[in-house]
Amino acid sequence: MVWVNAIVQGILVGGLYALFAAGLSLIFGVMRLVNIAHGDLIVLAAYMALTCVTLTDLNPLLAIFVVAPFSALAGYALQRLLFNRTLGADILPPLLVSFGLSVIIQNALLQVYSADSRKLNAGGIEIASIPIVQGLSIGVLPLLMFVTAIVTIGALQFMFYATPLGRALRATSDDQDVARLMGYDNKHLYAIAMAISLAVVAIAGIFLAVRSNFDPALGPQRLIFGFEAVIIGGLGNLWGTLAGGVILGVAQGLGAMIDPGWQLLAGHLVFLAILAFRPEGLFPRVEG
Amino acid sequence: MNAPAFTIVRATPESRIALAFALLGLAALASGPYWMDRNSMRLVGEFLIYLGLASLWNLLAGYAGLVSVGQQAYVGFGGYVLFGCAMFLGIPPLLAVPVAGAAAALLSIPVSYLVFRLKGAYFAIGTWVVAEVFMLLASQWQAMGGGSGVSLPIAIVRSIGSTRDMREQMIYWTTLGVTVAVLIAVYLLLRSRWGLALQAIRDSEIAAESSGVSVASAKRLLYVVACAGAAMIGSLIFMAKLRISPSSAFSVNDWTAFVIFITVIGGIGRIEGPVIGTILFFLLRETLSDLGASYLIVLGSVAVAIMLFAPKGIWGLVQDKFGWQLFPVGRRLILNTNKEGA
Repeated sequence: MVWVNAIVQGILVGGLYALFAAGLSLIFGVMRLVNIAHGDLIVLAAYMALTCVTLTDLNPLLAIFVVAPFSALAGYALQRLLFNRTLGADILPPLLVSFGLSVIIQNALLQVYSADSRKLNAGGIEIASIPIVQGLSIGVLPLLMFVTAIVTIGALQFMFYATPLGRALRATSDDQDVARLMGYDNKHLYAIAMAISLAVVAIAGIFLAVRSNFDPALGPQRLIFGFEAVIIGGLGNLWGTLAGGVILGVAQGLGAMIDPGWQLLAGHLVFLAILAFRPEGLFPRVEG
Repeated sequence: MNAPAFTIVRATPESRIALAFALLGLAALASGPYWMDRNSMRLVGEFLIYLGLASLWNLLAGYAGLVSVGQQAYVGFGGYVLFGCAMFLGIPPLLAVPVAGAAAALLSIPVSYLVFRLKGAYFAIGTWVVAEVFMLLASQWQAMGGGSGVSLPIAIVRSIGSTRDMREQMIYWTTLGVTVAVLIAVYLLLRSRWGLALQAIRDSEIAAESSGVSVASAKRLLYVVACAGAAMIGSLIFMAKLRISPSSAFSVNDWTAFVIFITVIGGIGRIEGPVIGTILFFLLRETLSDLGASYLIVLGSVAVAIMLFAPKGIWGLVQDKFGWQLFPVGRRLILNTNKEGA
């Protein structure tokens, strides 16, 4: 039963990893940009929620409705002012600019909030749980996290494949020059995509902050988890990314059962094994 | 009459001057222990370490487009190999430096088969994962103190040099030797036919491949060289520190972020870039060191600004303005316009 428990908890944490990954995967799909600062933006969102909660006494989970729009606006500006200038045939500028941004955000957070680890308190919901059978119960918060991940990914999927905006984004993704000829404004579309990505980042950041302690140095590891979920699931497939997050979460949970030191290692090893034996990921995009 | 209407040259007037200055500088540095105090020697040692790491990273990113954010994997690996060799195999630390290089070269081959499956930015994060794995494995190595690390036993420290001065001199000279060897290796590699292949890859991978360059093997060769170099430098870093721990050995800030900033600011894809970048880095560091974390914010912002507005770095600006090539790796065609006729 301990093992079943580890697997169930791993699946639920996988939802959080899928949230880390969804924003990353989205902007890569639209503009082939890998945002190295993605993890640090998640942590930044967690601190924004912290500030918001301290100022207004709001429940952290409701702070999503304040932080997400802010974060999305910041994403729009970030893309317009910074990343749009780096996009082109050369892969170095976007990579190095986002790496620089990552270091800047980490150290700015360190200056403003110090290196102390913090946590958001969401009240009674944190300890509420639903007993399933003897020795196995599901926490309400992890369940909420997982359901949020499914809803978020479902919404992204709907946006991409059933709305005019999604059509525009897919068009620029397929061929930006032709999309421009058809009257799309790529720079604006990219900025919209970054805004959506950062709205998802805000959701992920708040769950990160409620679930466990966080500090300014946590970003790179969130980036790595998200990235591993994307690669395990298969590039360009959002539901695959959710599956990738779940696999990563379960691997870490089982690793931790063997030895606490093996928690992170087990996740990385699964990722490396996928890379070695199935580099296209478990569920690569199939498109007609 | 039949004399060719052009000549092909590699050296430039300024490259001869640069070579002379480089030799003078080398002589000054080699005699360092006789005229520098302990703090300056430590500073120069650190300067050499960053110069070596930046030159190797420049080789990877600037010439083969392999942007690795995981070279700290090999810096830390080199350090751990040195400690392992000295503590368990009884190999003298100075001899363990080439051992670390060879071990890293061997290890980097299977790793390259994994990470080369990822392209561009995903390669960057993939190398980072590899570095994380190395760090987690090192934390599991109980004989090396696990997560808290270990100090070099005093008997081994004494075997480097019997007094503190002698030890620091030995480490200084070895660092100088390894860095100079790395720089010469990078220079010669870029001038060889592999270098021509690499520059072709930098300009266009597809065109290079279709002209018969084996892109995959050229990149792999470069990766192995860069990893072996990073491991040798890493072994020296921790020989000087006398102590190693997973978090310091595999620090992404110390061994990769600074190195990337140095190369970007100096001029990526130019052999002179890391030299200029390292000098600027140390000037900035010595003037802004009381700023603490904001020092990194300043450095990061400068690197971002350079990438946006002068992507060829400071040396690129100088080169565009004056056309200087201090360490020429390419060849130039000189047309003999005064010999008209033919």
